[in-house]
Amino acid sequence: MSDMLAITLTVNGVDYPVAVAQDRNLLSVIRTEVGLTGTKEGCDDCECGACMVLLDGQPVNSCSYLAVQAQGRQITTVEGLADGQALGRLQQNLLDEGGVQCGFCTPGMLISATALLARTPEPTEEEVRIGLSGNLCRCTGYAKIVSAVQRTAVEIRQG
Amino acid sequence: MSFTIATSLDSALAALAGGARPIAGGTDLVVGARHGKAPLPQDLVAIDRIAELRHITETPAGISIGSLTTHHDIETHPLLTSLYAGLADASALVGSPATRNVGTVGGNVMNASPAMDTGAPLCVLGAEVELRSVRGTRRFPLKDLWAGPGRTHAEADELCVAIHLPRPADRSGSAYLRLEYRRAMEIAVVGAAAAVNLAEDGTVTDLAIAITAVAPTILSGRATGLVGVSVDAAAEQAAAFAAAQATPISDVRASEAYRRHTVSVMARRALLAAARRAAGEHVPTPLNRTTGIGAAS
Repeated sequence: MSDMLAITLTVNGVDYPVAVAQDRNLLSVIRTEVGLTGTKEGCDDCECGACMVLLDGQPVNSCSYLAVQAQGRQITTVEGLADGQALGRLQQNLLDEGGVQCGFCTPGMLISATALLARTPEPTEEEVRIGLSGNLCRCTGYAKIVSAVQRTAVEIRQG
Repeated sequence: MSFTIATSLDSALAALAGGARPIAGGTDLVVGARHGKAPLPQDLVAIDRIAELRHITETPAGISIGSLTTHHDIETHPLLTSLYAGLADASALVGSPATRNVGTVGGNVMNASPAMDTGAPLCVLGAEVELRSVRGTRRFPLKDLWAGPGRTHAEADELCVAIHLPRPADRSGSAYLRLEYRRAMEIAVVGAAAAVNLAEDGTVTDLAIAITAVAPTILSGRATGLVGVSVDAAAEQAAAFAAAQATPISDVRASEAYRRHTVSVMARRALLAAARRAAGEHVPTPLNRTTGIGAAS
């Protein structure tokens, strides 16, 4: 095990000391060593976006990012978007609008939408679709996901 | 096996001189390793925190783009979406927002994929690449960088530190267009970039064409000092160049014959769009969304 590297990952504001091989991807370390399983493995090929996390506030496909490269960066997973058991506004709206069916794409959708709303507080429908363009959903057909993001943008503006 | 994080160019170059390979966003390297295309190098130096290599700087001669500049940086930069629109057309198409946040222009050109999006527009814009090692610096036309699919003429200890673009002349424009089957996480089926200079009467005086994913490397050509060539005639020249130069393969995404046909269509359309921009018309980036290619929504 001499090839294991001792690193610290900061996930949702908590430091996790972990020992990982240099070629481990961030996704598997978050799900296994860190133990947060909200982030999903879909294609494991940088196609579907189910594995997305925020790295210093920007969405990244964690399946294709080395865990050792995430040292010293702020990692936010879907668990970090809720306040304990209380869902965030975007999460609740996704449920209320019917934007969740099987739920497998949902963590990645939430990560992309969170970054989009932080950068673009009043997104057009086109901007929402581009913002979510790296996230595949095989159930809902996207319309309800898009409307949930737009509804959230309006609610944030109204306070 | 080793992994180090470089925070300065000098420490990165020292690591490369010691045999390490660089990793920036990892979007090609990590996916490629998983596919068995090329194993992850034993010794890696992470270069993504070298602040001095992430910049877009106006110079007297034009513009310098640090190699760690991300596709997101490029697609949102006011000067690049106007004066160098062909490059912004390309960066805005790479992967998804997540890919563009970590994927860099240096990584795109050094990965040497014949399907890279930024290569063709950089070539028509007259790009030079700057390579640095502990032995020194060299700078040469970007089109001479590529040796074949996944291979460059850079030595193992050389790091791409910047791309340099000359300032475009007045009444000039550029554009990049690709054939794609979906709007995100796509790789060019074929692509083409064009740049033109127009005379006051609207005829084309200079043109450059580059084609993507139809040969072992990006191929480019240019014609200068033209007289009395209409935009439509120039577009036919662009299409003819693409059809003549393309030596495509058949693979899971397209047949050889389909690629040969569509690359000439892309070249014609890219030239027409470049000419519209050269004439002062605002044609928003990315051109793929403006023209209707892949714009079904």
